[in-house]
Amino acid sequence: METFITIIAGVLFTIGTYLILSKGLVRIILGLSLFTHGVHMLLMAVNGLKKGGAPLLGEGTDVYTDPLPQALILTSIVISFALTAFSLVLGYRTYVELGTDDLEQLKGDPNE
Amino acid sequence: MNNFVILPILLPLLSGILMFFIRRQIRLQEALAVAGLLSTIIASLLMVSTISDNGIQILNMGGWEAPFGISLVADMLAGLLVATASVVTLICVLYAFYSTNQDRKKFYIYPLIMFLLCGVNGSFLTGDIFNLFVFFEVMLISSYALISLGGGKIQLRETIKYVITNIIASSMFVIAIAYLYSITGTLNMAHLSERVALAGQDGLITTVSLLFLIVFGLKAGLLLFFWLPGSYSAPPAAISALFAALLTKVGIYAIMRMFTLIFYHQSELTHTILVWMSALTMILGAVGAIAYTDIRRILAYNVIVSVGFIVFGVAVASEASLNGAVFYLIHDMLAKALVFILGGAIISIAGTDKLRDMPGLIRFRPTLGWLFFLSALALAGVPPLSGFVGKVMILQGGVEQRYYVMAAVGLITSLLVLYSAMKIFINSFWGETLLSEGEEKSSGKGYLLPGSILAALIIGLGIGAEPVMEYVRQAVEVMLNPTLYIEAVLPQTDI
Repeated sequence: METFITIIAGVLFTIGTYLILSKGLVRIILGLSLFTHGVHMLLMAVNGLKKGGAPLLGEGTDVYTDPLPQALILTSIVISFALTAFSLVLGYRTYVELGTDDLEQLKGDPNE
Repeated sequence: MNNFVILPILLPLLSGILMFFIRRQIRLQEALAVAGLLSTIIASLLMVSTISDNGIQILNMGGWEAPFGISLVADMLAGLLVATASVVTLICVLYAFYSTNQDRKKFYIYPLIMFLLCGVNGSFLTGDIFNLFVFFEVMLISSYALISLGGGKIQLRETIKYVITNIIASSMFVIAIAYLYSITGTLNMAHLSERVALAGQDGLITTVSLLFLIVFGLKAGLLLFFWLPGSYSAPPAAISALFAALLTKVGIYAIMRMFTLIFYHQSELTHTILVWMSALTMILGAVGAIAYTDIRRILAYNVIVSVGFIVFGVAVASEASLNGAVFYLIHDMLAKALVFILGGAIISIAGTDKLRDMPGLIRFRPTLGWLFFLSALALAGVPPLSGFVGKVMILQGGVEQRYYVMAAVGLITSLLVLYSAMKIFINSFWGETLLSEGEEKSSGKGYLLPGSILAALIIGLGIGAEPVMEYVRQAVEVMLNPTLYIEAVLPQTDI
């Protein structure tokens, strides 16, 4: 199962990187979002998925699943949600103000 | 256990939250900002004196013992940086009173500055590596909002690049934490240090440490500084002074912490890379500072040069150079705030940031001129100003450890920094007076109080270097002996 999740993480990284390297602003923001999801998958996969019973729920099992990676992922998801929301608003404002969402045209004018 | 430790995080956060409820009463917001920051400064100074008397102060959040819960660790390095950051923020807020327009003030500039300080202080104080990431994000999301606040075309354009770069860097931070946790099974920095020392720093851990180096290099502007000049020159002067003084310094602090506390076993690899990165940063930053002819860009490239210089002190990692690096870090927070505030005042008076269009301001603005001259000398490290002491110690450490070429690079780039700052001074203050009195684009008032406070601090830090060095030595003692940090954080029984 870990292998499968790792492959999914790799696919997400690939798509995310491809989108980040494109020119459209919305594509880049989606790419960033996918990239962070890849990070979450990786965090889950490298720290083990399910090694035993649920943590802190009874004393029946000897082996417990480590709850910490899931807590980290939850925190990270919340942060990346806020960042995606912010960058979407930012992208919209930029489109309204500057009239373009093409990064090629957002380079800046050397004479300004 | 000492509940005092959380105050420098809590006080800015609480005063920032309170300000949301009084959005339209700007005077009240300003009073609250000053009160909140003054109390933060008092709390952090008290903390520094407590650390000096009783050693490292620990607060285990929620009462969970060290490796299991999140602990806040106030050692002398963190204490000194928290105190300096709070002072610099107060001064930048004082400048923001006069220099920012009413719209920005109505749209939460003060609460955002408070949250920024909350994130910065939290990053300095935390003893947990994931918590460091969270405080980095608190700091960064406030900075995203601050940099785009006002919504000018240039600001929006630069914010996008800044945000994209930082989101990618933060993702890599989480990746590095994931690998480190899967290798060592802990997130507490003291526990990490102990486990890495116990297991030996093998190739895998060194690779992870280099991933951390890339992340913090991006945040600090160490070699990976391509985003910095654009985004630091976009926002208004008070905000960019705050950024230049605080944001890159947090990255430098993280590099210091990581490579003196946890990843110090393979120094012939990691510290060699650090030395090379810092030398390249100094050279490229100096080239940028000479090449550009607008004030904002020159100042932004000066930030990069000093990042390289401090990290060179960290990379050499001898006692003298670390003393110098900590001292220079404190000096640089003050000096960069001063020079950005004065640069902002020049730009707002002249109405342009192009050096060739600058009027000779010295006739109408002698105080501003001489303050800027002083700040230029401070940047270059001319005695008796505070930059001198730090530079001497870093170079002394570098020469002792036989980094002759790099020390020479450090000296030459200081000269180039002096040249670039003098270029601003000569062009904007000397020459024909193009503007007659009363014709200035704005009065530019408001720089005088924050500028004089900072100048006095820089002179005081330079002349009174010896008493401050006492504290710096205590900070470096912990950096040189990670066991002191570990013993303070982890309970003494058995791990």
